[in-house]
Amino acid sequence: MNWEALALSLKLAVCAAGILLAVGMPIAYWITFSRWRWKFVVEAIVALPIVLPPTVLGYYILAGLGPRHFAGRMWESLFGHTLPFTFSGLLVASVLYSLPFAVQPITAGFEGVDRRLIEASWTLGASRLSTFFRVILPLSAAGAITGIVLSFAHTIGEFGVVLMVGGNIPGVTRTISIDIYDQVQAANYDVANRTALILLLFSLAVLSLIYGTNRRALSLWRKS
Amino acid sequence: MKRVPILAVTAAAVFALAAQFLFRPEAGIFFLAAPGSVFASQSAAKPCGTVTVAAASDLTYAMNEIAANFQKETGCVVRLSMGSSGNFLTQIENRAPFDVFFSADIAWPKKLETEGLAAPGSTYLYAVGKLVLWTRNDSHVDVSKGFSALRDPAVKKIAIANPAHAPYGRAAEDALRHAGVYDAVKDRLVLGENTSQTAEFVASGNADVGLLARSLVVTPQMKDQGHGWLIPDNLYAPIEQGAVVVRASANPQGAQRFLDYVKSPATVALFARYGLDLPAKNSSGGKP
Repeated sequence: MNWEALALSLKLAVCAAGILLAVGMPIAYWITFSRWRWKFVVEAIVALPIVLPPTVLGYYILAGLGPRHFAGRMWESLFGHTLPFTFSGLLVASVLYSLPFAVQPITAGFEGVDRRLIEASWTLGASRLSTFFRVILPLSAAGAITGIVLSFAHTIGEFGVVLMVGGNIPGVTRTISIDIYDQVQAANYDVANRTALILLLFSLAVLSLIYGTNRRALSLWRKS
Repeated sequence: MKRVPILAVTAAAVFALAAQFLFRPEAGIFFLAAPGSVFASQSAAKPCGTVTVAAASDLTYAMNEIAANFQKETGCVVRLSMGSSGNFLTQIENRAPFDVFFSADIAWPKKLETEGLAAPGSTYLYAVGKLVLWTRNDSHVDVSKGFSALRDPAVKKIAIANPAHAPYGRAAEDALRHAGVYDAVKDRLVLGENTSQTAEFVASGNADVGLLARSLVVTPQMKDQGHGWLIPDNLYAPIEQGAVVVRASANPQGAQRFLDYVKSPATVALFARYGLDLPAKNSSGGKP
């Protein structure tokens, strides 16, 4: 059992979920309240990772953000290294790849808030920001929690992108899903078996804990 | 509202065009080196039906040519799957419908024979692989200096296949250790799933240099993009590559016929053209 790989996966998932919460909130807010006629394009872009295979994202990161292309060189001059084979590369990939899993439940949560309460808050003189934190967010917390849990879970389960751009570096890009794949390829079936079982039980436990302690988090399945 | 579908289509077209423009691959390697399956063309006559071949990724180019020749001469249809040997082993152990298995490591065909999953005595050593220290032509690394070039801290990423299961990776680690540079480079190693993905890491410029299968770097797709230094044989254990007829094959005659064809002088010569010699020839540092 490779604990280093498990720890790395957890770290990646926590970071990705944290960033997605911060990034997903404003996007979800904008999608919910904007009346711009091109809004559907933004919604489509956010939903892309649901449709696109991980190989597409992996290919673009490897080829497009590599050192031989403009975007890659820009990134290199800003951060000192290109994205492939680094933890930050995996993090960027995970954030992009899990974006819909954060944004969609949060949006569903915002849309479920009674419009009259929001307008009442505005007419009583509360600013948009304080309305958001004192009215909208408390009433849609379940959506936010679902968004975090799903993006966390989706990142733990990520495989294709990591395989393509990670470079399998122990402690940096060798996540638990890659470790299982390696063990299977090396015909170490007993190790693969143990790791797979631990991961299965871990995922089930995390999801049970969250769905069990927060019944309303289930609203994702009930409402939308 | 009527215009929405038109807008969506236009937007999609613009995105597709933009993506083509921004990310136009400068080399075909990205498409060809993918370890997916490749269908060889169908032939009309079917004297020995369809032979489904699983082959290690270092054979990506060589095997396409062999399959095409075999089809032309016999009229049998060949379906090729390229990928990592370890994956194919697991798949065959779980009754994957392959007829012949070309592993990059002869240990796997032998294991299948021991397990009773391969036709007894059919394991055949078809080639001994060679390693090349390879870099792109636009790179700053001077590979003609051999392994000492890797000591330069400007070399940030060195790609090898995963030594835990890929034969070319094991040989690469072996060679780095014997050359005495392993400790100096180990923090800069990136691991490809197989030698073909490792080659893609270097060809795309994401890794500065790589230890790759010679059978990949001598192909037309790669040889103009970069240059290499043949790693001396005495630095690593020979990469013995073996093939075997799968016991559960639905077409054992066709499988045997394909394997016999691979043993023919014409195919042995073809393998040699791809740098896959048989038996091991002595070589030392120089042009691959």
